[in-house]
Amino acid sequence: MKLGFLVDLNLCMGCKGCEIACKVENDVPLSSWRLRVKYIDIGTFPDTSRSFTPLRCNHCENAPCERICPVSALHYLENGIVNVDSHRCIGCAGCMMACPYGAIYMDPETNTADKCTYCAHRIESGMMPACVVVCPVEANIFGDVEDDHSHISQYIMAHQGGVQVRKPEKHTDPKHYYVGGGTYTLDPLAHQRLEGHNLFTNITHLEHNGDPNHGVLDRFLAPFTSHGTHDNKSFMNFDNTHEQEGGH
Amino acid sequence: MVEHTINATQAVVTLDVALPGIIWGWMITLNMWAKSIGTGVVFVAAYLLYRHKKDAMPNLRWAMPVISFVALNVFLLFTLVDLHQPYRMVNIFLHPHWTSAITVGAWMASLFTLLITILMVIGLADQFTEYFKRGCRVAPVKSLMSFAGSNSGTYEKIFPFVVFLAIPVTAYTAIIMAESSARELWQAPTEVMQMIWAALMAGSAALILVSGSWSQEARKDLALILSIAVFFSFAMYMGEYFFSFKSSEAEATLAYVHAGGAYNVEFWFGMALGFIAPFFLATSTMKNDNVTLLRFAAILALVGLYLAKDVWLKIPQMLPLS
Repeated sequence: MKLGFLVDLNLCMGCKGCEIACKVENDVPLSSWRLRVKYIDIGTFPDTSRSFTPLRCNHCENAPCERICPVSALHYLENGIVNVDSHRCIGCAGCMMACPYGAIYMDPETNTADKCTYCAHRIESGMMPACVVVCPVEANIFGDVEDDHSHISQYIMAHQGGVQVRKPEKHTDPKHYYVGGGTYTLDPLAHQRLEGHNLFTNITHLEHNGDPNHGVLDRFLAPFTSHGTHDNKSFMNFDNTHEQEGGH
Repeated sequence: MVEHTINATQAVVTLDVALPGIIWGWMITLNMWAKSIGTGVVFVAAYLLYRHKKDAMPNLRWAMPVISFVALNVFLLFTLVDLHQPYRMVNIFLHPHWTSAITVGAWMASLFTLLITILMVIGLADQFTEYFKRGCRVAPVKSLMSFAGSNSGTYEKIFPFVVFLAIPVTAYTAIIMAESSARELWQAPTEVMQMIWAALMAGSAALILVSGSWSQEARKDLALILSIAVFFSFAMYMGEYFFSFKSSEAEATLAYVHAGGAYNVEFWFGMALGFIAPFFLATSTMKNDNVTLLRFAAILALVGLYLAKDVWLKIPQMLPLS
């Protein structure tokens, strides 16, 4: 069994339901995302179009994050999922350096690396990933890519020639496919990312990596002291006094 | 925004999350810089011991392992401090994952530091015999030094292994960078050579600072090593900076610096200060043996090396990956 994902970008309408479902299901803290939907505007006014691209871990068969992890915190499951054991992670960020898709983040709550696990806990219980369930247009298709009769395999076969993966030149053999994508949507160098000019937010880079409320010394003192009053999951404690959104 | 452009194929991100900025920052720069000194002094000392009599470099036997020990501990300290879960460093030894260059490097660097510590203890015991016999009042230190002094020959026995081990300890950072497949600027084969040149550069510079009592010939060799190391290192940086990598991500990274980005000044300042100036200063001292000028060149080389490493570490991290 080899579990894989396919997103039909022709169907995706950018509602971000999958993004929210993922956040809720996996308790993903503020300023972190396992799954995000990127809007890209293409063309010149008035001949413009807007594309929506959901981005998550590609669960590569030849995963650079698994290879570089010094303690096997990132490891393969038998079903092909690249899972992460946050209790073993030492927080070296090697995986963040290795992942060509920028899919791994340093959890500000646990100070360990984390990422999409295709909702491995739900799969184990026979359920679909949260983002699949919530998608109103069934743009997210999930299943066993080694089973020729699975929905995802049938979908791939029906769209032969139009199925793409991100950065195939990296030889990571991703198990996350796109239908209806193009260079503009899948190649981050093919579109501009202008500082401070997002549609609703005014920040493009995080100022912190990991827990913003605890510095280097706190990492050493943490086992001997309480974590303090800061809870990154709480909107009440979130410093939103300045104009920028989404960061500290 | 897209409506202000004239290119019909213009594509602009209009809504996305904030991406991480620099993830491996100055602590990793310091880590690599200190390791260059820690292994570099071993290479250079081995060459000098082969070329010259020990009398020509009276303090080398103990000063080399002391410098290496201090540098390696700075390297290990900042490796630890940079971890988000520092106490879990032990997992590298309890749950090693051998495909990771981080794991292999941590094991090798730990063994290397242990061997350097032994060299340092023996070197100090031999050099300051009288002090440790009569002056030292801490009993465990006194007995340790006495034991080390009575096993003085061990130094020469393990030194060849230390020199041999210094090669992979120097080079493994290049393998970590090669495994960091998201940063194409580091995927160059030249990284291995860059690490070795950096070690020779840092090692010779560090030894120059303690070479005041050495023979002129030995110091001339140090100046020569420094000159060659900065020359080839500079040439490699220029090659990587200006020539095509045939990789879109590496090109995009360098284009940002070429265009006068945030690290343009730091890069060229590092090149001028740490490579061009020390080359001319060090070569000029080879004839007249100007110790002060040579030391100045060594300090500039160490500062410049830090700046160059810092830029090379940070710039590929500024590229959006998705």
